[in-house]
Amino acid sequence: MKHIALFFLTIGFVSAADTVEFNRDIRPILSDRCFHCHGPDEHDRKANLRLDQTGGKDGAYRVHDGVAGLVPGSLDESELWYRIITEEEDDVMPPRDSHKKALTEHEKKLFRQWIEEGAKYQEFWAFVTPKKPEKPTVKNQTWSQKPIDLFVMRKLEAEGLTPNEKADRRTLIRRLSFDLTGLPPTRKEIAAFLADESPDAWERVVDQYLARPQFGEHLAKYWLDLVRFADTNGIHHDHFRDLSPYRDWVIRAFNENLSYDQFVTFQLAGDLFPKPTTDQLVASGFHRLHLIIDRGTMLPEESFSRNVLDRVESVGTAFMGLTVQCAVCHDHKYDPITAKDFYQFSAFFNNIDAAPETGGRSGNDFMRGLQQPYVELATPEQEKMRAEIVKAESAAKAEVEKLKKQVAEAEADEKSALQTSKKAAEEKLGKLQSERLDLEMTIPAAMVMKERSEVRPANILIRGAYDNPGEEVGRGTPGFLPPMKAPNPELKTRMDLANWFVAPENPLTARVAVNRFWQQLFGVGIVKTSEDLGAQGEWPSHPDLLDYLASTFVENGWDIKVLFREMVLSETYQQSSVATSEEFKADPENRMLARGSRYRLDSEAVRDQILATSGLLQKEMFGKSVKTPQPEGLWKAVALPSSYPNQFTPDTGGKILRRSIYTFWKRGLPPPQMTILNAPNRESCIARRERTNTPLQALLLMNETEYMKAARHFAAQVLEEKPENRIPFAYETITSQVPDESELEALKSLLSDLERSYEEKPELATALTEGRGAAELAAWTMVINAIYNLDITKTRQ
Amino acid sequence: MTPVEKMMMHQGRRQFLKTSGTGIGLTALGSLLPQNLQAQINHAPKAKHVIFLFMAGAPSQLDLFDYKPELRKQFRKPLPESISQGQRVTAMTRGKEQLVAPSMFNFHRAGENGIWMSDLLPHLSQVADDLCIIKSLNTDAINHDPAKNFVCTGSEIPGRPSMGAWLSYGLGAMNKNLPEFVVLPSAYWTGGTRNVQGLYSRLWGSGPLPSKHQGVAFQTTGDPVLFLSNPKGVDAEVRRRMLDATRDLNQKHLAEIGDNEIATTIAQQEMAFRMQSSVPELTDLSEESASVMESYGPEVEKNGSFARNCLQARRMVERGVRFVQLFHRGWDHHTILPKQLPGQAFDVDQPAAALINDLKQRGLLDETLIVFAGEFGRTVYGQGTLTETDYGRDHHPRCFSGWIAGGGIKGGITYGETDDFSYNIARDPVPIRDLHATMLHQLGIDHDKLSFPFQGLDQKLTGVESARVIREILA
Repeated sequence: MKHIALFFLTIGFVSAADTVEFNRDIRPILSDRCFHCHGPDEHDRKANLRLDQTGGKDGAYRVHDGVAGLVPGSLDESELWYRIITEEEDDVMPPRDSHKKALTEHEKKLFRQWIEEGAKYQEFWAFVTPKKPEKPTVKNQTWSQKPIDLFVMRKLEAEGLTPNEKADRRTLIRRLSFDLTGLPPTRKEIAAFLADESPDAWERVVDQYLARPQFGEHLAKYWLDLVRFADTNGIHHDHFRDLSPYRDWVIRAFNENLSYDQFVTFQLAGDLFPKPTTDQLVASGFHRLHLIIDRGTMLPEESFSRNVLDRVESVGTAFMGLTVQCAVCHDHKYDPITAKDFYQFSAFFNNIDAAPETGGRSGNDFMRGLQQPYVELATPEQEKMRAEIVKAESAAKAEVEKLKKQVAEAEADEKSALQTSKKAAEEKLGKLQSERLDLEMTIPAAMVMKERSEVRPANILIRGAYDNPGEEVGRGTPGFLPPMKAPNPELKTRMDLANWFVAPENPLTARVAVNRFWQQLFGVGIVKTSEDLGAQGEWPSHPDLLDYLASTFVENGWDIKVLFREMVLSETYQQSSVATSEEFKADPENRMLARGSRYRLDSEAVRDQILATSGLLQKEMFGKSVKTPQPEGLWKAVALPSSYPNQFTPDTGGKILRRSIYTFWKRGLPPPQMTILNAPNRESCIARRERTNTPLQALLLMNETEYMKAARHFAAQVLEEKPENRIPFAYETITSQVPDESELEALKSLLSDLERSYEEKPELATALTEGRGAAELAAWTMVINAIYNLDITKTRQ
Repeated sequence: MTPVEKMMMHQGRRQFLKTSGTGIGLTALGSLLPQNLQAQINHAPKAKHVIFLFMAGAPSQLDLFDYKPELRKQFRKPLPESISQGQRVTAMTRGKEQLVAPSMFNFHRAGENGIWMSDLLPHLSQVADDLCIIKSLNTDAINHDPAKNFVCTGSEIPGRPSMGAWLSYGLGAMNKNLPEFVVLPSAYWTGGTRNVQGLYSRLWGSGPLPSKHQGVAFQTTGDPVLFLSNPKGVDAEVRRRMLDATRDLNQKHLAEIGDNEIATTIAQQEMAFRMQSSVPELTDLSEESASVMESYGPEVEKNGSFARNCLQARRMVERGVRFVQLFHRGWDHHTILPKQLPGQAFDVDQPAAALINDLKQRGLLDETLIVFAGEFGRTVYGQGTLTETDYGRDHHPRCFSGWIAGGGIKGGITYGETDDFSYNIARDPVPIRDLHATMLHQLGIDHDKLSFPFQGLDQKLTGVESARVIREILA
């Protein structure tokens, strides 16, 4: 990793290459500074000039009033060039008062060269079907011949960089374990891997981890961010809403290695299979994950319109990697999505057979966090029990009715006896009703998508206003993408749409997916803006690698595990993340991949690691979301007094030691243990989390009650080891590394100092160990606390 | 990330590196960043701090600030169509008759300029000469949730950066021991919780800005800052010793691995340790004089009261917190408004007035902008029962009243006027984005230049439509 000569610009990379390439070098500048007034949006277009295409009346090559926008090869005749270099206040572009950044000298140079070389446009890369690129030729023939590595090496060589050496085995297995399961390896697993001297040791350990059920739990976390999965409505009362079967389906889908095309299809149109399986129906609950308001304040037609837009936005972010929602109010400023495109697209999602707002507060559905339509996943026993209750209930109801009538008709002397019987019958009915509620509360149910029999018309909404409909539109996909095949062009269905998404010629679906999977392993996507592969997104660091991965992904039948396997088997993945401080500064996000990536673990992995290493983790999978303990009063401070629920009551017992993927997520105030470490609040679709480093995070790791309990629990186990083994045992369990001399010394001296402190202050020791008393246990608890607070513990490296 | 942001981060990090582990000086980081930024995007600021008193639920302008004595003659008369103009209403009053509900409360003239104030606000009347009352605020949203988002983030869509996050991002830190943006929600209501609306952490979120800029909500039970206190059985000495060992190991790993992020971890652990003493010092009111305590009213004794939060806000401003946002909920008076409003007014009247006086006495009012506003107004037509002394009011986004004090704003004036029904704006409308632009302007920021690229747009607090600084109210 010598010869750092990286050329980072805020718009992307411009390597030392000689030619200027439109997509890489020019389009981002045009998009950022020019398209707002000279782009796809006809409404705001100035001077009859659009710079996003060359042809047409307003295209860049057009001549208007004798002035040519661009003349290939001629700076003098190109108005664009004059507008760039002029010093006339009124002429210079972008206009001073537009608040757009002026072009830098470097950018001007790029334009000059580009025009001189013929002002050639390229189709926007992400909207062209990826082709499998040629295998790159590289000078270094010894490092690796694996395709991923060749693409990476070509870039490294172009930048004058060399790959880093391979990471040591302890680091590798820890990295792999976190990346594929979100959990650290055990000491036993580390030992087994270290002892395995066979040449395919890495491959075998990779396959082991891919096969674990924790793989699905870990991958699901990223997916749930993307589709804004949560346990409350997110608006107004922010009531409980139970979507847990959808979450469980996502976990199982990853574990069973459901191919990505089916994964997409089930979610977009699972309800439209001729005889949908339960899984397909549950998956269609994707369309029910949006925020939804409870009845009573908003106008239902407005709520309806918001729901549809929210649904479209999530499809745009999750499956297309585009900010389609920009076209809600106007033609997209940067991508060729017109408002008409948007509303045609939204017409696939406006025909839901469900109320646009959640229902009243009474009834079992409300208590269960459900809203029609939904499917129940009852066991045969549950069905049987319910049938019995329902039968008894209807008999009881009839009895009550009968007695009511008798009371009304009865003579005075009979009345009181009848009334007593009526009261008893009513009590019996009430009891049965609450029995049924108790039972139904335990029956999982999944909200699903369902089409109305009659198709609801769709209109363009002028400036996105629900009460200002414009032209009526049919269902359709955006015009700039490959056309959609539909058996019945008169009525295209969501199933047709799903097929369109996973058709091999769709340029976006595979790219968007592999880019996100890459991001999960390397910390940053090949396109950094993984939520936006459009014109305002970032240029890919390795365009050919992205296309290679996307096209092989499709070739391999959209096999997710095969893709992960190839990525983690690459030498690129296995590089050491150790580098010089200068190298970290030159490429802080490791976009060049000249080393292994190093970044802070996500909140879930931070918590799960503490539970796993302390021996507390409960591996039970699936089921209702769990309210893990949190500081008191958080919900009370924000919730409406009439919210359901309005007070946080933590779960108890083993449940609270389950993995964080099962943690209850109130959108109005998600668990602070998660959000402090950058987990999103799940109100909008998030394709990548931010990673900050803040004092509140330090406080969380230092003081969180459950994390302290875990430290104490683990300290007690450490004390069962022989004294000389204790520090290495604890250190290795938590960090996967064996402490060296100086680390050992530092921790030993911490331990003895703390032991002394706690011996001097036995009341503190008693408080910390909850009565167990010994200074030794107290001191060890704080030593464990220290190891949990190390940077290397919370960091994937 | 904008270049300014990058520069800030690098500067911040370098500063941390220089000083980590040795007890960082209080001023270093804070004084560096704003100056650097000012060179690039700012003009000379009038104010340094903002205290935003957010009246969540929407107080009735008709009963507090916007005096319409002639309406008493219109009692129960239908609102003329020439006034309502078929504008949209909420689901709660759709299709219902719109009958005028005049305010039952009396108003009086206050201050040197004789500004009309409701009798429900006796203490604020005493400081009328410091208030700039704006009667022509207006918003786009008609329901609480989007409307609160709109006031707090400039957008109805959830997930955009909030006002305080923008300021933290744009101006950087002024202190080294406390967050830049603190949120203080009320936990007590004199009049009960009947109309208390929900809040959402997104109202003080950072959206796509780096999350270090998000508001830190102080808690009224337990630790004021989450996870601040050491666990039972860990005292400051034990914590210090543990952190020393952690730092030594982290430093060793920094030397071996090379990743500068480890230095940031070290610095943030030190900051956390300092907060363990600076935050309790901040929230400990034992040094406050009896007369100051008294000035905020009897509720100041209750942890989590609006009064206590006002006093806390002053202490935060004194200690260099940039933006303090108080949330007082409970203004959503759809019914029995005359019974419910006095309690709400009582909650805020004396403390807000005391806050103004207290800051003034300490010479801090000039550099602190205090803003008092809800998310919209309330309708002149009644909702529910309508008698002269019992009525309710529905949501009304077309006009509402709020006030600003301090921070280089003219006191003792009103700005903007509504029509005879307090239904439409008759003069000088102030859309929320103009309020935002004016706030930013007083802090030295051009609202058009404070932006962050997200979803293909340069996002701004004031949104895509052009906003205007209300120059008429600047001192």
